[in-house]
Amino acid sequence: MRFFLAALLLAIPMASLAIDTGLAFEDPELQARYEKIISEVRCLKCQNQTIKDSNAFLADDLRREIRRLLEEGKTDAEVYDFLVVRYGEFALYRPQMSGSGMFLWLALFVFAGFGAFVAFRVVRKRMALPIDDESDVEPTIETKA
Amino acid sequence: MNRYIAPIVVFVILLGVFMIGLNKDPTILPSPFIGRAAPAFDLPTLENASKRVSNADLSGQVVLVNVWATWCVGCRQEHEFLLQLARDKVIPIYGLNWRDRREDALQWLRQLGNPYVVSGYDGDGKAGIDWGVYGAPETFLIAKDGTVLYKYLGPLNSQVWQQEFEPRILQAEGSAS
Repeated sequence: MRFFLAALLLAIPMASLAIDTGLAFEDPELQARYEKIISEVRCLKCQNQTIKDSNAFLADDLRREIRRLLEEGKTDAEVYDFLVVRYGEFALYRPQMSGSGMFLWLALFVFAGFGAFVAFRVVRKRMALPIDDESDVEPTIETKA
Repeated sequence: MNRYIAPIVVFVILLGVFMIGLNKDPTILPSPFIGRAAPAFDLPTLENASKRVSNADLSGQVVLVNVWATWCVGCRQEHEFLLQLARDKVIPIYGLNWRDRREDALQWLRQLGNPYVVSGYDGDGKAGIDWGVYGAPETFLIAKDGTVLYKYLGPLNSQVWQQEFEPRILQAEGSAS
């Protein structure tokens, strides 16, 4: 009986569980670009999924449109623009390096810089402590300041 | 004591940011079309596949473009209100029948009544993508010159209508005449 069930499970072709049921491109390079794009586009209906992972019909439609654009010879940037014009930058998981996306990218460096500054200050303060100081570090800073 | 002030200030600021952020509905996305020309469309009508409806049909009037489908629960909820708008001749309503089966959509209109001047039939959802549609019902308010003034997500009702649509329609009709 168990053998029978296992055989039955194996009989389900894995391809039938795939979300993207469209045909692959003949050109492997085009297929690779397609795969990359759909794994970076948000499904607007199911916001925490990419359109590669989602089987919402909106994701299906978007995959079909992206496929069509690539077949027409559009560049990756043109495909992303197509989506941004219609759905806004929120559609992209990787924010663009312009407009409001720039804030996100700059914020990265601002926060990293602030963190480095704080770390530097703390280390400097601790280095100024006498080495033979046996007492706890925290209160010592307080009294010497 | 001084050393506690900075963390408390940061904490309070973050608290404010999160309070605002968490009370927003993340499923409501701003439409990038607001203030810009409505996307071009040219679709066969729902009633007659050989007739077409396009942007030209909307121009010169303030109109609603309502995205609907028979599988959409919210569309069923707002249908009565759309009929009321049509009955009172408040504003012309153009339909975008999105990702639907033609027979189903026609039957829906026969059974429930038809509030639309005409509905475009977008069976494969291509026009929907051009309009940035991601979930029906969606309702666009279009100015006389074809600019998108406003987009509402979810079923319309009289409260939404009074709060969101009426002031914008008054403004749109006032400024253009």
